[in-house]
Amino acid sequence: MPAVRLRDASMAYAARSLFEHLDLEVAPGEFLAVLGPNGSGKTTLLRILLGLVGLSAGTAEVNGRAPRRGSPDLGYVPQQRAFDPDLPIRGRDLVRFGLDGHRRGLPFDNRQSRARVDDAIRSVGAERYAGAPIGFLSGGEQQRLRIAQALIGDPEVLLCDEPLLSLDLSHQRAVSELIDARRRASGTAVVFVTHEINPILPYVDRVLYLVGGRWAVGTPAEVLTSEGLSDLYGTDIDVIEVRGRIIVVGSDESAPTEPGGHHHHHHDDHGIGPGPGRSRGTRAH
Amino acid sequence: MTGALYLAQPFAQHALIAGALVAVTCGLIGPFVVTRGMAFAVHGTSELAFTGAAAGLLVDNNPIGGALVGALVVATVIGALGVRERERDSAIGVILAFGLGMGVLLLSYYRGFATAATNILFGNIFGVSNDQLLALLAIGMGVVLVMALVYRPLLFASVDADVATARGVPVRLLGFVFLVVLALTVTAAAQVVGTLLVLSLAITPAAAAQRWTPNPLRVTALSVAFALVAADGGILASLASTTVKPSVFVTSISFGIYLVSRVLGPRLTRRSRRADADTVVSA
Repeated sequence: MPAVRLRDASMAYAARSLFEHLDLEVAPGEFLAVLGPNGSGKTTLLRILLGLVGLSAGTAEVNGRAPRRGSPDLGYVPQQRAFDPDLPIRGRDLVRFGLDGHRRGLPFDNRQSRARVDDAIRSVGAERYAGAPIGFLSGGEQQRLRIAQALIGDPEVLLCDEPLLSLDLSHQRAVSELIDARRRASGTAVVFVTHEINPILPYVDRVLYLVGGRWAVGTPAEVLTSEGLSDLYGTDIDVIEVRGRIIVVGSDESAPTEPGGHHHHHHDDHGIGPGPGRSRGTRAH
Repeated sequence: MTGALYLAQPFAQHALIAGALVAVTCGLIGPFVVTRGMAFAVHGTSELAFTGAAAGLLVDNNPIGGALVGALVVATVIGALGVRERERDSAIGVILAFGLGMGVLLLSYYRGFATAATNILFGNIFGVSNDQLLALLAIGMGVVLVMALVYRPLLFASVDADVATARGVPVRLLGFVFLVVLALTVTAAAQVVGTLLVLSLAITPAAAAQRWTPNPLRVTALSVAFALVAADGGILASLASTTVKPSVFVTSISFGIYLVSRVLGPRLTRRSRRADADTVVSA
């Protein structure tokens, strides 16, 4: 049974289509990167799997069941963000939320909960700073605890929404390695939304690329090609591999830039050399 | 000593019991008020509790009932205004100013005791009747019960709304429940310190408690303890003094605890915090 399955899935807000007729299966232990410009529906895809919004058409399944809010099958890792230093919450409290933060009552510790939180903290190597207020942790430290928080319930699927954003390179690597190790050890499927594939390129099995209603699925080598991305964006795109990193360059100002403002003109995204046999979808007319 | 003689009197006993009830509820919600950045919402709610109290006084000679209605109406409006903090604060400011003006207008029609108005604004802890004490007890028990039920998901939602939403926590509903609890607490607290000084029990003890530990449960426990010391300590001090209103002592003790916490609390500098946090045993 696939960990995640989308069948003929379409999603549209008002007149704008995010994707149509998307077919996707993510196997247990598979690492799927979801790429695409801002507003292309990457985060919406996660919200669908979390059961927060419904598809416009088609079906979605997580671990064989329709997505539902608060499902224990899912772990969720958000972007790193700033916390007020005065906030009376420690790293271990954040991890504990992942265990039973949704349950009513008071968060008193008992031997079992303390042991599980300790284990989760140890599994991400965060023992040293788990007792500190989260407002004083670095971005990398915070994201390690986020992973502990997401994994403490032993989910089948780990959903990550730009978890490496605003981390420095060494922390990006460390956090990516943690996620990779976990999916190999426990068979947790990973759906990883990012605009920057290079930090996770060594671990990614397949890529889902969303652009303005079109989509493509395949290995990085299949999807991230000059030809493939030019096709998706509907304009000339060059994909260049430099020292194992992927650079995507648009031929004009409008190319893989984000709609609505600042763009990363040569944002270093994406895949390797040309490849065969990818599946793709286009906007229906 | 005069203070000791007063302790045998029902009015003093009522005051101490009412003070303790209010302190417990304020101490409980205080850390959430601080964490959710709702200090101004508390102030707005209490100002409009004043308007409600003035209306209650005029219509039915029942300021507590009026204050409760006023606070609940405001809580509903704030809740309906949505979750965006910046927008919320300016909207509260707008409603607050208008509501306070209405309160003054209503009081100008009031022909009862002249002290009624100042009692609403600055508290009337020594005038608590049996009925009012029962009302405070009911409010206090309601607040404690609701907070005990929602504490964990509310903390999750307050600190980490995105992940809480992803985990299925009803973030918006909890936010509204908290506003109602806030309205009840503010109404009760206004009896002790008056609507103008509610913040001294609803914010100050929690802000002081945060200086001592990053452990949320301990912050809550300390916040309740500080509020108790300030409320009943202030009442006892005013029994001994007789000329100064208890609100003055309550707010002064509360502020004093905050100052001491800021100076002596272990979480003073960025550098010291991590080391201190390591010494905190998990609750």
